[in-house]
Amino acid sequence: MEKGEAKSKKAGGPPPRLCCICNERRPVLKRPKTLQQICRECFYEVFEEEIHQAIVENRLFKSGERVAIGASGGKDSTVLAYVLSELNRRHSYGLDLFLLSIDEGITGYRDDSLETVKRNELQYGLPLQILSYKDLYGWTMDDIVKMIGLKNNCTFCGVFRRQALDRGAALLKVDKLVTGHNADDIAETVLLNILRGDIARLSRCTSITTGEDGPIPRCKPFKYTYEKEIVMYAYFKKLDYFSTECIYSPNAYRGFAREFIKDLERLRPRAILDIIKSGEDFRIATTTKMPEQGTCERCGYISSQKWCKACVLLDGLNRGLPKMGIGRARGGVNGGGDHKKETKAGSTVKSLESKQCGSLDF
Amino acid sequence: MACNSSGCESGSCGREKENGSKAEEEVIGAKKESVCLKCKSNEPMTFGDGGSDDGRFCADCFRSNVYGKFRLAVTSHAMITPSDNVLVAFSGGSSSRVALQFVHELQVKALRNYEASRDRSLPVFGVGVAFVDESAAYPPALSSEMGDAVAWVRSTVLSMSPPEKDLHVVPIESVFGSESVEARDRLVKLLDSVSDETGKEDLLLHLKMLSLQKVASENGYNRLVVGSCTSRLASHVLTATVKGRGYSLSADIQHVDARWKVPVVLPLRDCVWQEITRLCHLDGLKTVELARDQHPQSGINDLVSSFVALLQEENPSRECTIVRTAAKLTPFYFNKIPETDDSCVPMATQRRLKKFNLKYDGSMTTEAFCPICNGPLNDSDSSDLNTFEGCHDSDALFAACCSSCRFQILPQDRSSLEHFGSLLPHHMISQVKHHQKFDSQTYLREKIKDCLLLDDEEAV
Repeated sequence: MEKGEAKSKKAGGPPPRLCCICNERRPVLKRPKTLQQICRECFYEVFEEEIHQAIVENRLFKSGERVAIGASGGKDSTVLAYVLSELNRRHSYGLDLFLLSIDEGITGYRDDSLETVKRNELQYGLPLQILSYKDLYGWTMDDIVKMIGLKNNCTFCGVFRRQALDRGAALLKVDKLVTGHNADDIAETVLLNILRGDIARLSRCTSITTGEDGPIPRCKPFKYTYEKEIVMYAYFKKLDYFSTECIYSPNAYRGFAREFIKDLERLRPRAILDIIKSGEDFRIATTTKMPEQGTCERCGYISSQKWCKACVLLDGLNRGLPKMGIGRARGGVNGGGDHKKETKAGSTVKSLESKQCGSLDF
Repeated sequence: MACNSSGCESGSCGREKENGSKAEEEVIGAKKESVCLKCKSNEPMTFGDGGSDDGRFCADCFRSNVYGKFRLAVTSHAMITPSDNVLVAFSGGSSSRVALQFVHELQVKALRNYEASRDRSLPVFGVGVAFVDESAAYPPALSSEMGDAVAWVRSTVLSMSPPEKDLHVVPIESVFGSESVEARDRLVKLLDSVSDETGKEDLLLHLKMLSLQKVASENGYNRLVVGSCTSRLASHVLTATVKGRGYSLSADIQHVDARWKVPVVLPLRDCVWQEITRLCHLDGLKTVELARDQHPQSGINDLVSSFVALLQEENPSRECTIVRTAAKLTPFYFNKIPETDDSCVPMATQRRLKKFNLKYDGSMTTEAFCPICNGPLNDSDSSDLNTFEGCHDSDALFAACCSSCRFQILPQDRSSLEHFGSLLPHHMISQVKHHQKFDSQTYLREKIKDCLLLDDEEAV
């Protein structure tokens, strides 16, 4: 697949005295993707060039577009912001870049990482917009975990964040959203979908651009970029990022897949890309791909059911039925009706929940 | 249907069964004895192996459940019909032991029916057994161990008559056309030229299949039965995924794989490992495991097996879900028994096969295949074929292979690749030449030539 892929199967002999690529400088690192021994400058170059190729070959952007970068303050989004603004300059993509950050309300984790994003705003000169779960939904993740514990909390956060990003993108009036999902993430998702039997998601999860027929298209320029290389890049470039795991995540099922992929990468680095290739090549009938698209009756967001998942989950939380919307639908749980909305203390919450999202420009 | 096993606790069925047995316990009363959930009369079996569904079914119901899945697979996919001659691949392990046992029982029943019927219209299918001797691949071979294993296999097969079954002990080096020291040497050289550990394991598997195909076609068999169960297929789904073989995956996990000269059938596809080992235990079916099988190997295949075992601990129905997901992928045209002009197939069988669309037109060949793994090639893999202009055989080999075999099996530099090509068995190399000669225009012309009025191509 890649040119110059070095197969150092046996415990390596004496390290080469010169970088494999430029043959001029001393090598300082072994590239995780290809195991080539290269110098820093060449690493920056191949790293950035591969991302540029991914952007160009997949036609991710058009000149003049306003693009929001989903920024969490973690390594992926920090490196993404850095590289994208650099490539935008170097290759004249002609993009208007913004940082969009979501505050899930996790004390000791998110408040720290948000400080990082605020620093990124100054360091990279990109305007920043922050949206919070508290403002949007009336619940912070701390509140949610207090109520439902540590199982299924990732489901809530993921669903809420997706909608929050779309709303933020609408506020910023951007044409596209980019996220820092890397090759490891996508490979994990392919495996997870196989393990869980989700053939429809399996067919969509390897696409580099999704949601073209929804409110805001999203793309993943890091689709072929290894997580380890992102860390390496951030380390050598001394980029400012927040490096702790989410404190609520240890029980996520994804952990199984992640451990396995780490072991796999040790045996055969290219396996991560091979998983993505398999995901792209699976013979899945086009009829299984897209569920029918409608809009949520409660908030107007895109939805394949009567109510969007976020509204279903929120309704469950507000009614003290946190299991609602988790697991397979057993008929009749989803949907509208004229039940009372039990709101929490705080009048601001009530006003936002009963607000139609029309006012937030869908 | 990937799984209907008693070991599967997916969704609500597990709960229903629990409720059922609880109710039964209350009815029986003071002694608190439970009964088999199915027949409600016999005492349930306890295997004490820590697995799921222990103590739910009696021995008879358990056995008939597993055999039932085997029989359903055989009939619904036309795996074995009266005029067939079936070769069972027997490794000595539990899965193939059960496959052999069930095929034998099916044959015994057919024989009984034949002897009882007046007109003797439906013949009894023939059964042979093949045991592949892989010791040449692991020198220095423990010849005494293999000798014992073969003797045990022989006596096992002998005990399964009538009807009598031929045993074929197939040394793996027979893929080179002989069983000499040179052939064994060549095998070792071939495997040594593969630097990737996983590639070496997989190449050995491909050679094993070739040797089975060879013995099957040389001895007049028209079906090859392999004992792959759900659990084995679940591992295969993941290994194929991590090796970039997503396109060809759906070809490997169906009940029927007819891209081979002798179609391969998987009658135990819907049975899980737990059922198979329990059945062996229950019926005293002995198995043999060679020393090298017990050594963990350090490649990807073993990593995946451990991963699946870990997932099974967390959820015993995970294997079933994995295979069920993969079963939703679109199979290939050759995942059905091919139609052959076979005048000795009984009319009743022919009618039935046609009615249920269980066969496909054997002359359709729309896929190109990798010469080493026989996997169907995706467009992205085979695009090199048309643009290829090299004159070296090694270039042709490289161009003809799938990307996974190119990476993990083929040597990287040209001279090693040349040498490797010279070591490959003739059958694989001939596939490469077949690729080069493939020309769609010629192929189409062959199909319609009887309707063409003018001979030369200029008329077209």
